[in-house]
Amino acid sequence: MSTLPVMQAKLVLLGDMGAGKSSLVLRFVKGQFFEYQESTIGAAFLTQTVSVSDATVKFEIWDTAGQERYHSLAPMYYRGAAAAIIVYDIQSPSSFERAKSWVRELQRQGNANLVMALAGNKADIAEKEPEKRKVDADEAQAYADENGLFFMETSARTAANVNDLFYEIARKLPRAEPPTPAAAGVTLSAQRQSQRPKSQCC
Amino acid sequence: MDQEYDAIILGTGLKECLLAGLLSVDGKKILHMDRNSYYGGESASLNLKQLYEKFKPGQELPPHYGRWQDWNFDMVPKFMMGNGLLVRVLVHTGVHKYLEFKAVDGSYVVKGGKTYKVPANDKDALRSSLMGMFEKYRARSFFIFVQDYEKDDPRTHKGYDLDVITSRELFKEYGLDPNTVDFIGHALALQTDDSFMDQPARKMVMAVKLYSESLARFETNSPYIYPLYGLGELPQGFARLSAVYGGTYMLAKPDAEVVYDEAGKACGVSSEGETAKAKYVVGDPSYFPGKVRRVGQVVRAICILSHPIPNVGDSHSVQIIIPQKQTGRQSDMYVFGCSFAHNVCAKGKYLAFVSTAVETANPTAELIPGLQLLGAIDEYFVQVSDVMEPVNDGSEDGCYISKGYDATTHFQSTVEDVLEMYKKITGKDVNLDADDPAATAGQEQ
Ligand SMILES: Nc1nc2c(ncn2[C@@H]2O[C@H](COP(=O)(O)OP(=O)(O)OP(=O)(O)O)[C@@H](O)[C@H]2O)c(=O)[nH]1
Ligand SMILES: [Mg+2]
Repeated sequence: MSTLPVMQAKLVLLGDMGAGKSSLVLRFVKGQFFEYQESTIGAAFLTQTVSVSDATVKFEIWDTAGQERYHSLAPMYYRGAAAAIIVYDIQSPSSFERAKSWVRELQRQGNANLVMALAGNKADIAEKEPEKRKVDADEAQAYADENGLFFMETSARTAANVNDLFYEIARKLPRAEPPTPAAAGVTLSAQRQSQRPKSQCC
Repeated sequence: MDQEYDAIILGTGLKECLLAGLLSVDGKKILHMDRNSYYGGESASLNLKQLYEKFKPGQELPPHYGRWQDWNFDMVPKFMMGNGLLVRVLVHTGVHKYLEFKAVDGSYVVKGGKTYKVPANDKDALRSSLMGMFEKYRARSFFIFVQDYEKDDPRTHKGYDLDVITSRELFKEYGLDPNTVDFIGHALALQTDDSFMDQPARKMVMAVKLYSESLARFETNSPYIYPLYGLGELPQGFARLSAVYGGTYMLAKPDAEVVYDEAGKACGVSSEGETAKAKYVVGDPSYFPGKVRRVGQVVRAICILSHPIPNVGDSHSVQIIIPQKQTGRQSDMYVFGCSFAHNVCAKGKYLAFVSTAVETANPTAELIPGLQLLGAIDEYFVQVSDVMEPVNDGSEDGCYISKGYDATTHFQSTVEDVLEMYKKITGKDVNLDADDPAATAGQEQ
């Protein structure tokens, strides 16, 4: 078995309430979908590993934990993020507007080589009832092209394009490790890293 | 917002966010508000734009500073003890996973106008040029006593009852001279003044032990660690924990105000014409006028440099302590340095902070001995903060108020205050031992 280099990548999800952020993550990580998804409680982030041709990417996926609801998302949410998925609901023009404002926010706060994906979610609904679609796919595509994002319509419900979305991000992530600043980081864990110093007496 | 909560928390400083996190994990329904549009309250890290708005309102940002987003200025500069209470709470709650830390490169102390590396254990003591030959061996014996001391093992007590013997007496037992006593008390035990000398020695001994165990934990040249992007990430991390457990966050509520019932007990918070009800209200002193008193003042200078702090081996992160005796003051002065390596400023820049407890009517002038250690300073900002403390304990008026951030170099007293508040609110202790058995010294502080 060949061993591909493993990259760790923080991925954040942004988008209007109810656009389907948690549902997309749940579909991708656990292959599940719930008709009545509870607003996100109890998971800070989930991880999922994917392998593409030249690398294995371990996604650390951050859901917003509802902090964006009252415009109270903490900047730490974007810190060091390698990728962002901005989600809107294809039935809701206001969620598309909100997505655009998240894109602007990321252009301002996010890191320079952040990979951004735009997801027009709940595409299954338009398939069954075309009149429910309120955001045109071409319009979203044009917006994405202008702003250097890549775009897909997705459905957390049917799983359409969900894996593709994450695999495409994995392919687009810059391969070179970011230059490491002066000193290496330290890892905090329950286990101390070294034995405590005992004097050599007795 | 018109809902009922277990607790409403006002201000998103580190203490408030830590409490929000702990209470949310307990299943309490929390509403957390701040008058500012950013997290961190008094303990925030401000970006360059926010810093200018605060200190130089209306002034243009100098273009040579680059992107304002790339700066994070700690308003309450401190470092984290590697084995201290804050690290234990971070690990206990899992919040350490949201953050990245770096070890602080070095810890120094000023003596006779020169900076020396702080020796922290028996081996360091023998190498240090801070002490003369015979003094080194005496200091070494003292360090061995401290390192081996275990509360539950009388054999390690060497006949001393640390709850009875004072620090002054214990130092005398080891024959340590005043200079050594000074650096042990101020640069290792990190006491901000000399009041510890005539108190039982336990506090000082455990503080020295914490220092040397912290040093050992990451095998670096200082006992400290520091989060990337600045200390403001800490309150954000605990706020996120609270949100993950269902806490509701509302920033930018400038008019948030505590509402009291007829009996004078806090029963909610009002803002923008709405009132949220709660069993009790928690917050920083600024939200409780009339219920707090001033216990001191701290002056802090934030300095932008284009070079590392001189005479500390070009360290990107460093602490320098100027013990009170060196300046003829009552309290110590602290210099903290960090740099672009910590994502707190533009590439090539360095930040230095000088702080001390205010003793005169001209606090800025008090900082001169610290500022003089920095070499050329591009720009600096000085802030004098009142340290406030609650008048009551909250049991009668339902107001659980945190104390202001003191002049200490690390977060030990900060977390102690939170743990005490948590106990007052819930009637129980946070059991930190279960999760981080490695840490032993921190809890005895
Ligand atoms: N038909 C359909 N419904 C979906 C889809 N994705 C999500 N939903 C539903 O939309 C609702 C909201 O989904 P969530 O995943 O909770 O949305 P969210 O963006 O995480 O919302 P917040 O956490 O409240 O900000 C739930 O009832 C989901 O079942 C989809 O692709 N198709
Ligand atoms: Mg959600």
